[in-house]
Amino acid sequence: MEYVSPEGLRLDGRRPMEMRQLRAEIGVVAKADGSASFEMGNTKVIAAVYGPREVQNRSQQMSDKALVRCEYSMANFSTGDRRRKPKGDRRSTEISLVIRQTMEACILTHLLPRSQIDIYVQVLQADGGTRSACINAATLALADAGIPMLDLVTSCSAGYLNSTPLLDLNYVEDSAGGPDVTVGILPKLDKVTLLQMDSKLPIDNLETVMQLAIEGCKAIANHIREVLLENTKELEYRRGV
Amino acid sequence: MRGLQLPLSQTQRIRLQKALEHLESLSSKVNSDASVTIADSIPVNYEDGVLKGHGTADLNGEVVATLCGVVERVNKLVYVRALRARYKPEVGDIVVGRVVEVAQKRWRLEINYSQDAVLMLSSMNLPDGIQRRRTALDELNMRSIFEENDVVCAEVRGFQHDGLHLQARSQKYGKLNRGQLLTVPPYLVKRQKQHFHHLEEYGTDLILGCNGFIWVGEHIEARDDVIEDQVNQSDSQVLGSSENSASPKGQEQNDTALETRKYICRTANAIRVLSTLGFNLTLDIIMETVNLGLSLNLDINEMLGSEFCVLVAEREAERRSTSKKKR
Repeated sequence: MEYVSPEGLRLDGRRPMEMRQLRAEIGVVAKADGSASFEMGNTKVIAAVYGPREVQNRSQQMSDKALVRCEYSMANFSTGDRRRKPKGDRRSTEISLVIRQTMEACILTHLLPRSQIDIYVQVLQADGGTRSACINAATLALADAGIPMLDLVTSCSAGYLNSTPLLDLNYVEDSAGGPDVTVGILPKLDKVTLLQMDSKLPIDNLETVMQLAIEGCKAIANHIREVLLENTKELEYRRGV
Repeated sequence: MRGLQLPLSQTQRIRLQKALEHLESLSSKVNSDASVTIADSIPVNYEDGVLKGHGTADLNGEVVATLCGVVERVNKLVYVRALRARYKPEVGDIVVGRVVEVAQKRWRLEINYSQDAVLMLSSMNLPDGIQRRRTALDELNMRSIFEENDVVCAEVRGFQHDGLHLQARSQKYGKLNRGQLLTVPPYLVKRQKQHFHHLEEYGTDLILGCNGFIWVGEHIEARDDVIEDQVNQSDSQVLGSSENSASPKGQEQNDTALETRKYICRTANAIRVLSTLGFNLTLDIIMETVNLGLSLNLDINEMLGSEFCVLVAEREAERRSTSKKKR
């Protein structure tokens, strides 16, 4: 199948290095300490953060740092064919673990001893790149909850189809079976915190594909930063003196 | 907009937007560049020396923020004041909490902090008002003072090795009943001299807990007059003991008057409107909002409607601009 037309357009009309439209909103869950929704094109996820709060299971309490938990789930209606069991399968367990490890790396857990932070992410619409979207939403929600973090974490995926590196794969491109590289970075520190790849990719192409994904991450970071700053300013001026 | 899911008509939307823009224009001149987000570098003057406070970290010799908030500078100290975050206790704060557990010689209270707070049996006045050592019998009778899910008002005593401790050593602290508990983001409640308010014209009490838990309830007489209590201690002792014996059987001899209950609901709704709009919560602003509702002859439920919300926003913009002119 042809994923990039001779004119250099992808199936959804994007250029190979073009990202989908981003949309981020803060404060979508009223009862949560922090919450956000994040959209990348047709992929839409929602994240809610509860805590830092008292540890529910006393035996898991740590006296020097906070416990971070994460739960990823897909809504039954998120995919084309309706799924019966939305959570508890191996895929969501793995993604929960990935998100937890990525977020734990940037939260300053030592500042919140004997507490617990719960991150819940749910996919409302799946169109490829749910893993990246979930990480971006979780970052926003944590920032909204006022949890100290070393840096923002942003994530983006890139692939390699028809001998062209493609940024931000959608569902059709994702299911083509080609390589799919998901990268998570700390934009300020310029460090990689997450690197995953499905399928195989020649070693000399990995560099270019990864670089492309990192560029995508940086673009997302700029967007997230703008949203956060606007939100902070709004809260401050509304409150008044 | 956060928490505000009201169906606004076209005109209402424009009016609300205008009021909010007005508010923005009023505050933007003061400090527009003080807001930071995570990983923004904070410009500092290194020659004077810098003390890095909360919400900041050192990154390759640069001071960066680890929170979203507003940069505050006090002499050499640079810190970031977080806006939407959980409550951060300070000694002497008045808080309202909910009992989650009755444990050995202590109650555990949920106060919107990262841990549950501890209220020791020994750090509160007994209902009979006598100063004495707490016996094993007192310990067994702890549930007669506070049970699980009771709402309690107390003061922050400080940090001990096992967490945050509270104390309730005055008649004004203790169990709260006949009223409503509201939860708002803690940054909306400013620390003030007075957190207990008696609204005489309505016969209600208002407690603005620093942790964002706000209590609106029926006024209870002789609660905060400690001096009087000491003078006629013998009286209160007799009273207290008789009351104590009567309390478990149900003290419903006098229900709260309907008028009072209506005022409690009005005050609660005023606080709800103000907190969804994200306005600072002080006694003046709350009372102004209640009175606005009363003067417009609005029903209690209409206070949560879109029209009242827009009106409150407009009134607030007006109020801030006039107070600014005076200055």
